[in-house]
Amino acid sequence: MDTAQASATTKTVTFRIWRQDGPGGEGHYDEFRLPYTKGANVVSCLMEIQRNPVTVQGKKVAPVVWDAACLEEVCGSCAMNINGRVRMACSALIDKLEQPITLEPMKKFPVVRDLAVDRQRMFEALKKVKAWIPVDGTHNLGPGPRQSPHDQETMYVLSTCITCGSCLEACPQVSIDNAFVGAAAISQARLFNMNPTGKMNAEERTRALMGPGGIQDCGKAQNCVKVCPKEIPLTSSIAVMNREVSKVLIKDIFFKEEERKHAAGPG
Amino acid sequence: MAAAARFTVVGGGLAGLMTTIKLAEAGHHVDVLSIVPVKRSHSVCAQGGINGAVNTKGEGDHPDIHVKDTLRGGDFLAEQTSVKGMCYAAPGIIYMLDRMGVTFNRTSEGLLDFRRFGGTLHHRTAFAGATTGQQLLYALDEQVRRYEAEGKVTKYEYWEWLGTVKDESGRCIGSVALDLRTMEIRTFPAEAVCLATGGPGIVFGRSTNSIINTGTAAGRAYMEGAIYANGEFIQVHPTSIPGEDKLRLMSESVRGEGGRVWVPRKKGDTRNPRDIPESERKYFLEEKYPKYKNLVPRDVATREIFIICRDEGLGIGGKDGVYLDVTHIPAATLDAKIKGVMEIYEKFVGDDPRQTPMVIFPGMHYSMGGLYVNFESDPRTQTPADGSPRNQSTNIPGLYAAGEADYAFHGANRLGANSLLSCIYSGMIGGPAMAAYAKNNAKSAEAQSARYFTDAKKYWEDRFATLKKMAGAENPYQISKELGELMTENCTVVRYNDRLKKSVEKIREMKERWKSCNVLDTGNLANRSLSFTNQLWNMLELGEVIATSALLRDESRGAHYKPDFSLPEPKSKDPREDAGWMELWKKRHEKWAKTTIAKHSVEGPQISYEDIATPVLDPEPRWYA
Repeated sequence: MDTAQASATTKTVTFRIWRQDGPGGEGHYDEFRLPYTKGANVVSCLMEIQRNPVTVQGKKVAPVVWDAACLEEVCGSCAMNINGRVRMACSALIDKLEQPITLEPMKKFPVVRDLAVDRQRMFEALKKVKAWIPVDGTHNLGPGPRQSPHDQETMYVLSTCITCGSCLEACPQVSIDNAFVGAAAISQARLFNMNPTGKMNAEERTRALMGPGGIQDCGKAQNCVKVCPKEIPLTSSIAVMNREVSKVLIKDIFFKEEERKHAAGPG
Repeated sequence: MAAAARFTVVGGGLAGLMTTIKLAEAGHHVDVLSIVPVKRSHSVCAQGGINGAVNTKGEGDHPDIHVKDTLRGGDFLAEQTSVKGMCYAAPGIIYMLDRMGVTFNRTSEGLLDFRRFGGTLHHRTAFAGATTGQQLLYALDEQVRRYEAEGKVTKYEYWEWLGTVKDESGRCIGSVALDLRTMEIRTFPAEAVCLATGGPGIVFGRSTNSIINTGTAAGRAYMEGAIYANGEFIQVHPTSIPGEDKLRLMSESVRGEGGRVWVPRKKGDTRNPRDIPESERKYFLEEKYPKYKNLVPRDVATREIFIICRDEGLGIGGKDGVYLDVTHIPAATLDAKIKGVMEIYEKFVGDDPRQTPMVIFPGMHYSMGGLYVNFESDPRTQTPADGSPRNQSTNIPGLYAAGEADYAFHGANRLGANSLLSCIYSGMIGGPAMAAYAKNNAKSAEAQSARYFTDAKKYWEDRFATLKKMAGAENPYQISKELGELMTENCTVVRYNDRLKKSVEKIREMKERWKSCNVLDTGNLANRSLSFTNQLWNMLELGEVIATSALLRDESRGAHYKPDFSLPEPKSKDPREDAGWMELWKKRHEKWAKTTIAKHSVEGPQISYEDIATPVLDPEPRWYA
């Protein structure tokens, strides 16, 4: 019997949800059973639990804490581990999930409470790679540079990154306490280096990916691209930025060579 | 004021971030308070695009035509000075976003591409696929991050604004806010505070809004004396996918790119839509509105869809729902221009809209009403005067509002792709207004007596301590759900006075029930039930304003439709040719073309009406046939 049939006959959905009162604390699972509704997803079920936070054992508990906002996979809030795989809870349709449905917080970020985690490291990584266009100001300076529809298509896809953290969660090189910036920030560096104005500061962004926590920490496991809910070509971005880094390295070696020659004087 | 003053911006959507950028650019320090990381604000959900009469399609478009479309679209209830300022600033705003790196779609020549949207006959909408709001929000987010890295902006993410700190003169000198993770309450002194906190979608339960859009900040500001204006004007978007947890928006750009709305001519036709021949399909919008076709303004399209389902029983399978059909458009075109929404439909419904017509129904989407704000009109241009401290200011000195949280730009109905524009424009003039206000102030907030801050902090600490002890039988989330159902049933597309009256009574009952809430969670960290219980009261206040304002406005205008008080159909296609009808229209217009003003009192909202100045365009009957 497939899972959809199972839920249709029993008309209930069972959840096993990780509970943790605060950062770094101990935790446990609570089990909830709720009526099955067609078209339900993990977030709609968590909302139902809020209205009746009682476990299968009949124990009244605090409603589950999790992050969510848009419920249409564009705000990036609700990433969590669902049946052991990181994904967005809003688009995780109950009909397509095996029960009991296990919900756990992402493991590469500190837990705030229950399923809510702190993804500040991702925003810090965006600062590190200077993921912005250094515009002169917000006053009217006329249109920006022309761009081909082809370049726009490539950049548009890169710019749909919702900073959900799935790529970091799935990456074997990222751990909760290391400095690896991860695929999302590397891909953003590629995006801004491609922009006709952003190009002017390309080397600065590329250099930010050199050194500790930078692109060399990537182990090429390629998990990031498999879990990205926006299907962003993250591994291509990493490859592109690897090339950029190599170019800078070669340039550095070449210039150092030149410098040595100059320092040695003529002849 | 010190050379570099400190300001607070509440809300990290487009309006809040633009306000922040303007202040930081002028050398000031900004504390940004946001209940979610700003990059996750509801602006991300906007899909279709941003309007600006850039006129690159050889259609003779002009900001004046944009002004006219906007004012007509809003049935002459919008604040005219700000609308003109916004439409004239629009091309420059789009260029600025372009320079910030927004990945707008391009023409073959590499220029910005523009598409059609509702309520206009021009290609005026710049777009980045069908996730334009996301792309615009990210551009401003990146600029703010740049200022953050330079130390000019401090972000307080997962902080909820609770209320103002006022001095004895009633001037707003700061805010009190709650850390949603540690539950710490603290004050934020500021020269001026801007509420850019979005709309009240969750007051309607299921809507196209993010679940963070409870309207709590605007509700609280209203309770503290800020005027809430035009609350009854709620936009119901014609095309959304009904869902258990929310109504997912199907962008107007789907119709802008050629999508057609239809139902089978035969009642209860159960055939596969692809098997229904052209002659047996009723393209009801195209039939009734041959000029605008599927791109009539949203209130018009919504009513037609509602009527065809509820009154004529022609909804698909006899239920609520009509087809939104793009199957005649090449898949490659759809993917290049509206892939974002195609994917949402595919993911949440399971059908591929490139192959099978989508089934959609109207869903609550946007509040035209909001916190009342002022503008200083430049007499030469009839646009907001540059750098005037009055622009975007509420009636509480030092408190500003911008974006969907303000009432000004859209009147009785908002045109598609004008919301992103109004958010950014209100921030562009709101930031400088706050700076000018602070400059004119003798005493800076920092120098104010500490007593105001300690008192305000204590008030909120006591209030939360009381809330935390609430152990009654009512579940706040359940009350919220019931409020949403009540509002959706009685305060959306079609409105009747008897039902509205009952709704107001019901909301009062809910306020009583609120007092017996159970806060559900005794945790000391990230206690969301506690903050939600506090928010719920503010939601009930706003619900009461919306329902009462709707009850008292006995006419039909834009999104506010009361069949019992509608004018008859004019006898001529152009209503201006029907002299008798014009008399009726004039009488009605003189009585009701006014801004609804709601002031808080414990007995319920006190409603009055304010005349609207019309320096830009004389009102005329609104028709699209």
